[in-house]
Amino acid sequence: MKKYLTLENGDVFVGEACGDLGAEIDGELVFTTSMTGYQETLTDPSYKDQIISFTYPLIGNYGISLGTNQSDTVQAAAVIVKEMTDQVFHYQSVISLDAFLKQSKVPAISGIDTRQLTKIIRRYGTMKASLTNQPIVEKPEADRQASIIKSATLSAGDAKDVEHVVVVDFGVKDNIVKSLQRPGVDVTVVTPESTFEDIVNLHPTGVLLSNGPGDPTDYSDFVPVIQKLQDNFPLFGICLGHQLLALANGAKTYKMTFGHRGINHPVKNLITGDIYITSQNHGYAVDVDSVKDTPLEVTALEVNDQTCEGLRYPGRPVFSVQYHPEAAPGPHDATKLFDDFIEMMHVNGGVH
Amino acid sequence: MPKREDIKKVLIIGSGPIVIGQAAEFDYAGSQACLSLREEGYSVILVNSNPATIMTDDEIADKVYLDPLTVPSLKKIIKKEHPDAILPTLGGQTGLNLAVELSKDGILDELGIELLGTSLQTINEAEDREKFKDLMQELHQPIPDSKTVYDLQDGIDFAHQIDYPVIIRPAYTLGGTGGGIAHNDDEMKTILNRGLTMSPSTECLVEKSIAGFKEIEFEVMRDHHGSSIIVTGMENFDPVGIHTGDSIVFAPTQTLTDKEYQRLRDASLTIVNALKIEGGCNVQLAQDPNSEAYYVIEVNPRVSRSSALASKATGYPIAKIAAKIAVGLNLDEIMNPITQTTFAMFEPALDYVVAKIPRFAFDKFTNADRKLGTQMKATGEVMAIGSTIEESLLKAVQSLELDQQAQTDLIPTYTRNMSMGDLLEKIKTPTDYRLFEIFAAIGKGATIQQINRSTQIDMYFLSKLENIIKMQQQMTDGLLSADMVLKARKLGFNDTMIKAIHHATDDELVKLDKMEDQHLVYKMVDTCAAEFESTTPYYYSTVGNENESKPLGNSIVVIGAGPIRIGQGVEFDYATVHCVKAIQAAGYNAIIINNNPETVSTDFSISDKLYFEPLTIDSVMNIINLEQPIGVIVEFGGQTAINLTEDLTKHGVSILGTSLHGIEQTEDRHQFEDLLIDQNIAHPKGNTATNAPEALEIANKLGYPVLVRPSFVLGGKGMAVVHNDDELNEYLIPALKNSHGEPILIDQYIPGTECEVDILSDGNEVFVPGIMEHLEGAGIHSGDSIAMYPPQTLTDDQKEKIVAIATKIGKQVHAVGMMNIQFIVADEVYVIEVNPRASRTVPFMSKIVKLHLAQLATQLILGKSLAEIGLKPGLHPEPTKVYVKAPVFSFAKLPGAPTALSPEMKSTGEDIGAGDNLQEALHNALFDSYHIDTNHLSGDVLLSEFDANNASLVGQLKESGFGIQTYHEGMEWPTDLAFVLSSEDETADQKQLVANALSHQVPVFTAQDTVMGVFQPQLIK
Repeated sequence: MKKYLTLENGDVFVGEACGDLGAEIDGELVFTTSMTGYQETLTDPSYKDQIISFTYPLIGNYGISLGTNQSDTVQAAAVIVKEMTDQVFHYQSVISLDAFLKQSKVPAISGIDTRQLTKIIRRYGTMKASLTNQPIVEKPEADRQASIIKSATLSAGDAKDVEHVVVVDFGVKDNIVKSLQRPGVDVTVVTPESTFEDIVNLHPTGVLLSNGPGDPTDYSDFVPVIQKLQDNFPLFGICLGHQLLALANGAKTYKMTFGHRGINHPVKNLITGDIYITSQNHGYAVDVDSVKDTPLEVTALEVNDQTCEGLRYPGRPVFSVQYHPEAAPGPHDATKLFDDFIEMMHVNGGVH
Repeated sequence: MPKREDIKKVLIIGSGPIVIGQAAEFDYAGSQACLSLREEGYSVILVNSNPATIMTDDEIADKVYLDPLTVPSLKKIIKKEHPDAILPTLGGQTGLNLAVELSKDGILDELGIELLGTSLQTINEAEDREKFKDLMQELHQPIPDSKTVYDLQDGIDFAHQIDYPVIIRPAYTLGGTGGGIAHNDDEMKTILNRGLTMSPSTECLVEKSIAGFKEIEFEVMRDHHGSSIIVTGMENFDPVGIHTGDSIVFAPTQTLTDKEYQRLRDASLTIVNALKIEGGCNVQLAQDPNSEAYYVIEVNPRVSRSSALASKATGYPIAKIAAKIAVGLNLDEIMNPITQTTFAMFEPALDYVVAKIPRFAFDKFTNADRKLGTQMKATGEVMAIGSTIEESLLKAVQSLELDQQAQTDLIPTYTRNMSMGDLLEKIKTPTDYRLFEIFAAIGKGATIQQINRSTQIDMYFLSKLENIIKMQQQMTDGLLSADMVLKARKLGFNDTMIKAIHHATDDELVKLDKMEDQHLVYKMVDTCAAEFESTTPYYYSTVGNENESKPLGNSIVVIGAGPIRIGQGVEFDYATVHCVKAIQAAGYNAIIINNNPETVSTDFSISDKLYFEPLTIDSVMNIINLEQPIGVIVEFGGQTAINLTEDLTKHGVSILGTSLHGIEQTEDRHQFEDLLIDQNIAHPKGNTATNAPEALEIANKLGYPVLVRPSFVLGGKGMAVVHNDDELNEYLIPALKNSHGEPILIDQYIPGTECEVDILSDGNEVFVPGIMEHLEGAGIHSGDSIAMYPPQTLTDDQKEKIVAIATKIGKQVHAVGMMNIQFIVADEVYVIEVNPRASRTVPFMSKIVKLHLAQLATQLILGKSLAEIGLKPGLHPEPTKVYVKAPVFSFAKLPGAPTALSPEMKSTGEDIGAGDNLQEALHNALFDSYHIDTNHLSGDVLLSEFDANNASLVGQLKESGFGIQTYHEGMEWPTDLAFVLSSEDETADQKQLVANALSHQVPVFTAQDTVMGVFQPQLIK
């Protein structure tokens, strides 16, 4: 029977199942270079929950003897060997290693190029691994599920009224995430490969479309996702996120001649009339004229060139800015927008 | 402690000529030690009378003395050189014994010379059995009950007291010569009598036998500070009772629990600490397979054969580190040369299994007693590395070059008609073929329990042998599937073995291999199981996913000579190493393939890449397919490499040097004869026969005596001079059987002076470094003859003829590189043999003419002309001094082996003697070869009856001043003898005479020619 060892880095080793044939397990992968003493190693509590790979190729040569265990059970989660010795003749042996592992319900895999495995661990450090009975076929799906999440932070505050912001990371700045983090707000950062369903499954109370490099039309795959997101969640776009919100609603973007790069761009809020000095860094912009034929409304303009600096979806908790309210670097004038977003989530908690 | 600044010049004593029990491993250890000391800035003086060694090369030591290893000779050197210290623990037992004698002599105290490394007191404590016993008792280390006895009755009484079986170990005999195991009074009487006779002090140790225990060895390093490590543990496949040199050995230990391992490790370290070893040390222990009991067997307080094996098995260079410890450095101050980032103070971790199988000379000495016991008989060994016991064992089997049928089928033909019962009985007696007989027994259905009862070999190992035979049977029965082939490969089966079982083409096997994820790949030997990054260029093949050996490019592959055996000794390793040096100097990468753990060529620092692999076409082609070298050089690896040429050429591999066609022109009898006739070169008339009637007809036509031999021979294997039809018939029966369809050669036997030359040729011109004249006449193998250079009796005209013929042959076969040509000078100059490769005499001649002949030949192979390397065609000018090469025999180790010199080679090594004249050169050469001092001869000569009947011989000896005695069976052994001669080994009294001489350590000669040549009135004082 085959067994599959899948490493965190994606490498897969196929071998023969031994020990507990049915069991599948995840654990931290480590190697040991001891040539004797496998029984002591496997029952040592400091190896608890670890998948142990033996660099010496022949393991189990003298079986399992009484009075050798270092604790009352096998502590290792799983065992990886090049060859598991099947026949044992040592006079002290009461059972073979293989039978001992079966009895302890610990899976093992043999026939592995353990030297290659050791070199992988040496290069990448200790990593997670899974021992399974089938190749991890749902792995792409599951993998994506796991891999869309880049990081997550939990609110330190009262658990009852927690808001959950999902940040779609097109190249998010740390300080955007930090600006959201506060008592009562959980933040999860996901990749643009996320589907609408992926994001729904995270149960957000609001979604932030982050900044990022390049041409917004390169992210056309994500545009339909935004179209669904704005129907269901409070939405806040920053910079590239602002441009994507525009595209999602039918507006157009264009490449600016030399863009906005600096921390001194004055922006006028068309609703309040307030002017902020903002931090900016973009090479594309939303075509103000194209907004007219969309459900969106322009909320801010750059004072000098009159380019589009803000949008909102009237009647919905959906808005965006071209500038960087999180600053870093730059003035902190616009940091209040994060408070506004969170307030919107409170108000519109039940949108979806 | 930093290295010693108070010493500048260190003398190293080598181990001398190669004998059974003391072989190439000391060349490896000695060269490493010399280089290691020079690396630290010390000036090194080396003494060794064995020219066929790398250690005696000029670049290894600051000054090399190719002088006799005797106290007077060493004293002369010491007085001249005034070394500050002597390092005696690297020259085997010979080096150690000489150091002890020099110390007793007082010269060391007199000149204030220090002995480095382990102290003499320690050496004494480890080697003197009583002192060792006392020390073990003091340390509470268990040793088997024993008693030193001086007479038979005392021994028998003690045996009754401790119960049979008992081991008898004679005192002060090399390698325990003369010992054995006695199970009853009768055996006790035979063995103890022999032991007491052979012991110079009439002293034997009678010891409780622990035969059947697991035999475990630890290689320990300890420094001056007291830090110590285990380099590796090794477990013998054969249980206690067989000399570890004759046992199959695995590293690391396989069947010991961690508790057992640690207990034995503790014991080893306790002993090594108590002895205050400084350097390397070997500890041998016995573990009861059925209880916690263990015994300490012995301690070797020096670098040994086992330490060479441990060095190659782990990559940890024991001799090199031991030399550094000797000059004061501690283990944590010495870098690990493998990682170059960590220190020598660590215990290597292996991620593979190493198997060693000894190589015996019983293929030549078919009549010798093949029974293995406590006295070592192997001439060499092979090592193999794999991932499983089965793989490493089968790779080692493939490396043996012993018996193609047994090596491929594993079950020898002679066992086919034996019953399982017969086999179970047969394997009770350990012999060189026991492994194959066990395979045969398993094939006949014997259980591993039954085999264990017969052999006491651990069932763990037997179950692995069973896996191999089961796989063989599975492949016989079913279809060959990809899965099955992969499983077979994991057990070490190569293509040849698979194809012998199941008809499959190479293409089919490739296809099946491609269907699997895992393949034969190469892994690195790195001392640390890949825990740290290493760049050691040392690889072995095994089944796995990842190949670690990246092709070097711009490379040339050199085929090594495999295990050391009679006829193919350390000389070929010497030539291999020089070939590598020349390849590197010419700007190419040199890759070595070899499987001998004892030698310098398998030190990974010698070549750009070392593949420790069997020298079979399968293994070699796998490497060539990966490396895609520019070409392969086969001229320096003896017959082993030459024999691969045809298959390599078939596979489209480019052979550098003399082409396959040239090789065949000299090796194929018919082509050779055509060549000689065509070139008008005189040669003994001869013909070939494939059956007995043909042979008899040819012999009678030529006229007796005739020389008979198989074609494609090594070291004159299977050669004989026969005088009549009866003798010819007797020869033909086994010879035809062993010739595998190849014809038998029958030649006119021409008495005369035998000569040989090694030639260097670029394909157009021929350079002859020198003509060596043999002291003995034709009919005695050149390897067993005393060779003299320059020739002592040849006329200028004869020399010119020899050079002219050599030049003709070299040009005619387009020799590129080296060739060896042998002549008989009689009424004219006859050619008797051409070996299309570097020969045994290359190191001897190289050292005399001070030209690295193998390196020069390699330059020619790589395309240079003679002129470009500064050599003038023709004969190199002769020196004014005289040089003698003398053979060394190991008869004492091989009871029952034939001793009379003949066309079949018998010597295991050689030494060199130099002098202003022949007398002086012979005198110097005969010390370490025939163990005779021709300047201080006293006593009578004892002749066999056959030799006493030779009037001219007796007359000459009398003229030289000797009294003559004739040996007759049962006579009282004369006390004062100059030497013994028995030139025949047919009758019981002839055999007894030689045996008695050997056990009384009286110099023994086994050819009349040698005695007539050496003891001429004008040559002795």
